[in-house]
Amino acid sequence: MDPTDIGQPDYFHRVVDCQWACPAHTDVPEYIRLIAQGRFTDAYLVNRESNVFPGILGRVCDRPCEPACRRGRVEEKPVAICRLKRVAADHRDDIRDILPTAGAPNGRRVACIGAGPASLTVANDLLPLGYAVTIFEQWAVTGGLMRSNIPSFRLPAAVLDEEIGFIVEMGADLRLGTRVDSLQALIDEGYDAIFIGSGAPRAKDLRIAGRDDSNRIHSGIDWLQSIAFGHTEAIGERVLIIGVGNTAMDCCRSALRLGAKDVKVMARKPRQFFKASQWELEDAESEGVQIVINHAPKSFVIENGQLVGMLFEEIEYDLDGTRIISERVIGEKVIPCDDVILAIGQENLFPYVERNLGIEFDRWNVPVVDAKSFESTRPGVFFGGDAAFGPKNIIWAVEHGHQAALSIHLRAQNKTVADRPARGVTLSSRKMGIHEWSYKNDYNPSERRLVPHVGLAERFKKLKIEVELGFDAEQTALEVQRCLNCDVQTVFSAPACIECDACIDICPVDCLTITPNGTAEELESRTKVPRLDKTSPLYVSAPLKPTGRVMLKDEDLCVHCGLCAERCPTAAWDMQKSTIHIPHASLGQAS
Amino acid sequence: MTSITKPKVAHPSLPRNDLGLTRRDYEGSMSTLCAGCGHDSVTAAIVEAVWGLSMRPQDLVKLSGIGCSSKTTAYFVGAAHGFNSVHGRMPSVASGANAANRTLKYIGISGDGDSLSIGLGQLSHAIRRNLDMLYVIENNGVYGLTKGQFSASADLGTKSKKGEANLQTAIDPVLLALTLGAGFVARGFSGDKAQLIPLIQAGLRHPGFAIIDVLSPCVTFNDHEGSTKSYQYTRDHYHAAVETDFVPRATAIEVNYEASAVVPLHDGSQLRLRKLDGAFDTSNRAAAYAHIAAKLQEGEHVTGLIHASAAGEHEMHTQNHTVTTALNALPYAELNPGQAALSKLMARYC
Repeated sequence: MDPTDIGQPDYFHRVVDCQWACPAHTDVPEYIRLIAQGRFTDAYLVNRESNVFPGILGRVCDRPCEPACRRGRVEEKPVAICRLKRVAADHRDDIRDILPTAGAPNGRRVACIGAGPASLTVANDLLPLGYAVTIFEQWAVTGGLMRSNIPSFRLPAAVLDEEIGFIVEMGADLRLGTRVDSLQALIDEGYDAIFIGSGAPRAKDLRIAGRDDSNRIHSGIDWLQSIAFGHTEAIGERVLIIGVGNTAMDCCRSALRLGAKDVKVMARKPRQFFKASQWELEDAESEGVQIVINHAPKSFVIENGQLVGMLFEEIEYDLDGTRIISERVIGEKVIPCDDVILAIGQENLFPYVERNLGIEFDRWNVPVVDAKSFESTRPGVFFGGDAAFGPKNIIWAVEHGHQAALSIHLRAQNKTVADRPARGVTLSSRKMGIHEWSYKNDYNPSERRLVPHVGLAERFKKLKIEVELGFDAEQTALEVQRCLNCDVQTVFSAPACIECDACIDICPVDCLTITPNGTAEELESRTKVPRLDKTSPLYVSAPLKPTGRVMLKDEDLCVHCGLCAERCPTAAWDMQKSTIHIPHASLGQAS
Repeated sequence: MTSITKPKVAHPSLPRNDLGLTRRDYEGSMSTLCAGCGHDSVTAAIVEAVWGLSMRPQDLVKLSGIGCSSKTTAYFVGAAHGFNSVHGRMPSVASGANAANRTLKYIGISGDGDSLSIGLGQLSHAIRRNLDMLYVIENNGVYGLTKGQFSASADLGTKSKKGEANLQTAIDPVLLALTLGAGFVARGFSGDKAQLIPLIQAGLRHPGFAIIDVLSPCVTFNDHEGSTKSYQYTRDHYHAAVETDFVPRATAIEVNYEASAVVPLHDGSQLRLRKLDGAFDTSNRAAAYAHIAAKLQEGEHVTGLIHASAAGEHEMHTQNHTVTTALNALPYAELNPGQAALSKLMARYC
């Protein structure tokens, strides 16, 4: 095999599993080290650069980083990355003075539809460059689904207000209560670019018998919104939630707070097929919500014009691991209830987009959007967030916003949106002395800290009591040490190696081998311990001077302890921080 | 010295031996030797070898004298017995321990200074005694602990770090062992574990005295140009005498073949044999001696199994007709025949 090109930005980026998994590529290990040093403001700013809303995401992010975390491969549980993000947000100083400000006007005007995370990110990236950004929002409040669909016991309004305020106060022209009824009309106003970030606001319906015969059958997202806006304050004692995604989890927990006593989440399939995040399931179940599997809704049971229950088919599945081979109905059952909340998905909706504007829609009535530039088939009109590819989550919306802003900025400079600046990587040594490194590499065997919650009785007293409390100082101090610093890379210099085997002997996870060079397949089979994940990066050195063999490193389980570099007599191994540069509009090439 | 300890985490698919233990379970404390020291590789080879034999850690006794090499007993099989003795006197302590308890396995780690200078007499008599132990010399040609003076194994003309040439001839522990009649003689190189691990396993199973001279470069004081014990020199003058592998002692499988044969083994696997032309005869001591000496003349270190005699002849316990049980397992009445027996014994000298 040819030697690995570590200058290729994706190589070490993939080694930083959390950052690679994060849609916005947040430099997680960097901000965790800053938290460890008590530099909460700096940690917050590292976050903000990529994910824009650290306080919000530190509470409600879908955390694709955590299942990816390397710690979860050498131990049972990953680092509590999301909770640490919240620590940075909760303990930072006032940062208004050091945030970017609006740039000198460049004469360009951009319209954003919807004041959710995608549009706000576009504004965040373009305002400092001098763009005039107008945000149209049909409701009287900002935040989009972050505010209307995430209950305040998980995400307090104050957190939303402050972080959205950082952007709006830069000078966005925010027009609340202003619905866009015609995209044509907006285009006619002569904007240089229009960004559509209007979300996926339509709930999927369940068209079965009895659906239209009661007003106690609610659409989940509409019901959550009416709670958020103060229109709904009560619900019946027995509530069934249909669907088992994260919206269902918010619905069942909200129902408990509005007076429900018996809440059941009805799932069609077994547990391994649930769409809800593990921690949201845990939180709901700890509050006494019952999750019922293998029940498919058949009809609503209406007696004398009143909803009295729901009829379900009980289903039995034959499984092959995570695949369903066959299923059959084994019975029927009525479950009595007072209210039913439907949380079976949502879709985007564009009643205001005329179909003669050159914006192509596919056969599911979803706009055709380029996955890199986020431009529609009409140049200058962009889609992002749930509006682009259907419901995902906030962190995806933020990344869509970054990429759309970059596209808008490229267009403004008469470049094509496909001509995107390349990612980059810089490496800098962390060596300070013979046995001194400017990062803490000593492996701390502590287990994952559990975040404290408000007591089970106390939390139900008011709708808006935030349940999660965030880590205290001691928990934070331990949890930060669980991070393995995967961004401090083992960088190998083949000419310096004398093949003494010291690194191979000391490596705690046996990821190094010196072996004759060969094809990719041969090298795959020659690692010291069989590779668990053959898709993980394999680091191949140039031929070594003494024997012409190569150094081989399986990056999969490396704990970045630096012992290879520490035990190397010739400094052929060095520990170097990899900084991945993800191009944004704001700085051309921000990290 | 390394500033952090080796994390306890291990590769989840690390293989387990018959006792259910992984290689990591046979480690000792963190090495305090220089980074890149050959001795650490020998340590790793011992860990792998002992793990591969599925030995219970408590069945192993580690012994050493003084020197960089002698520190290494602390770095493997932390749960084994250990004795760090006086400079060059490890063979005496090993003899005493072995006399008292022959059911344990003894591994002595020494260096060229500990064995060929101050302890040469001790080593010689341990070989004569045919003490049942594995004796490993971590041979780097210098006194590392005292900053790199030539040791007794430094080759004539080899250069010190400062550039002076050595004017004295070397004692070669392999030739010495052959001369004195050792039953198992081998040479290895710290940088070649594929060869060293089976040698250690065979040495541990050999009944009687087994010696392995391991070329183990001193990365700090003897790894420069002009040295004949550097990593580079050793690799350039490396000549493996025989391909080594270790097959534990079991009922003999006999096979007669011309050029090649496939032999079913005890564990169900198959052994494919092919005779080498002019194959090296490890049973012929005189031939082995001549070959090694000739190769040394050519400046080549022959490595691999050099000589193995018919097992266990004249091993120390056989010579002395000792009991087969460990002394600590003998009933007190047998271990101590009493005043009457002592008086009778003393009477012979009156």
